[in-house]
Amino acid sequence: MPSDFPSSPRSAARPSIVALRGVTKTFANGTQALGGLDLDVAAGEFVSLLGPSGCGKSTALRLIAGLSEPSSGEITWAIDRAAAAPRGRDIGFVFQEPTLMPWTTVARNVALPLDLRHTPEADVTPRVAAAIERVGLSQFRDAYPRELSGGMKMRVSIARALATDPTLLLMDEPFAALDEITRFKLNNDLLDLWRALRKTVVFVTHSVFESVYLSGRIVVMTPRPGRVFKELRIDAPYPREESFRTSAEYAGYCRLASEALTQAMAAAA
Amino acid sequence: MSAPERATERERALRIALPVATLLLGVAIWHLVVTIFALPPYVLPGPGLVAKTLVEDWALLSESLRVTLVTTLEGFALAVVGGIGLAILFNLSRVVEYSLYPYAVILQVTPVLAIAPLLLIYMSQQGAVLACAWIVAFFPVLANTTLGLNSVDHNLVDLYRLYGASFDQVLFRLKLPSALPQMLAGIRIAGGLSLVGAVVAELAAGSGGAGSGLAFRISEASYRLNFPRMFAALILLSVAGIVIYFALAGLSYLLLRRWHESAVSRER
Repeated sequence: MPSDFPSSPRSAARPSIVALRGVTKTFANGTQALGGLDLDVAAGEFVSLLGPSGCGKSTALRLIAGLSEPSSGEITWAIDRAAAAPRGRDIGFVFQEPTLMPWTTVARNVALPLDLRHTPEADVTPRVAAAIERVGLSQFRDAYPRELSGGMKMRVSIARALATDPTLLLMDEPFAALDEITRFKLNNDLLDLWRALRKTVVFVTHSVFESVYLSGRIVVMTPRPGRVFKELRIDAPYPREESFRTSAEYAGYCRLASEALTQAMAAAA
Repeated sequence: MSAPERATERERALRIALPVATLLLGVAIWHLVVTIFALPPYVLPGPGLVAKTLVEDWALLSESLRVTLVTTLEGFALAVVGGIGLAILFNLSRVVEYSLYPYAVILQVTPVLAIAPLLLIYMSQQGAVLACAWIVAFFPVLANTTLGLNSVDHNLVDLYRLYGASFDQVLFRLKLPSALPQMLAGIRIAGGLSLVGAVVAELAAGSGGAGSGLAFRISEASYRLNFPRMFAALILLSVAGIVIYFALAGLSYLLLRRWHESAVSRER
């Protein structure tokens, strides 16, 4: 029986690496994107933020990444980030678009985070090769982005996010623009990477099915201004494979998540 | 060789053969008109006479060509450096952009032919010619580079911020490469325009001497009713313009062929 409990900041069992408390964000044009968001991200978990378009999921991700400042509330990090060298050191970010530099090769794109920190080339080469290998694109290291398919570009984007070996991977609807076949494949590959590399992933999506398939925990958000409406724990064991996608258990979780999403929309209306 | 490859090959051959055929046809008609109507050289010199003048006056004309080309290239170089430099400055500071951009536009929309005599009052002739070449040529570089710098992918900018990129890194690794296609488009236009600017200023200056360019040769020849030399000088100017155009188009192709849609050939 799937467990289902109301939102609670202490729902994560493991120690949290980042915690958001009463975080709000109001843009200069008056749009209130977030209206008091409480969120704990536990070390090593795969958590999805699920909500309709414009519920502030992406804003929450950008706040965690430090790309934007909250209007009020706090974001606290368990590890001392000030001590952990340059800002963004332990964050990898994957955007909805692959966001590659079209003027240079796959290898140079993946090397970007290292290059920007003046990492010696002798260090860069093996790390980039490893990151490209992990996403299965070794033959394409010297290709230019325009020579790749949409799914391959997204793999490059993921490889780049992993190049610095970050503890936290933030993903903003990374597969939303891909076809379903490619998307399923990348879902599986992402889960493999997550298990192998033991990263913490915060994954933003508006797909109920994707969030259930990937996550250990789903945070359902209300429409703008975004708040946590409900948390769902997906207790199905990993590794999850294609058989999970067709199981009754999966369908059950999807129905729960779907209902929660409908209620979240209704609560806001 | 496959059928589509043969088709591309044939198309490429046609793209060279057709303009050449048009040229030959034009020259033939020109020759026929001159011969049939027995036009004297002071009405319309035939292509043979023009070619002969080109050879006979080569010492004079080539020196003038050199003078005009040097001015053109200097004006062009200044336009590229000035246009890109100003665009970077605009991109960095709204205050500078808002303060100066309107005047860049005014400089562009005021006909250079009208500015040239004024410049000649305040500057040396060479300086004025160079200034004209620059005034006409820098604006397309400025406008296009500004557009390019403002069109950088916002997510990439965020990514650079996330990884703590320095000011230099953002400018040289992100903004300038990203703006390169637009920049090159501006530079391509500037190449032809700097020749126009140089010619206009030479015509306005109108004084001769050893260091006088092709445009001066044209007006000088016109006063002397030396029509074959006018045509010969005109042809040299056209050829110079064509060479500049192709050189810059080639440069643009070389720089963009691996990544930018404008330079990549697609199979249909």
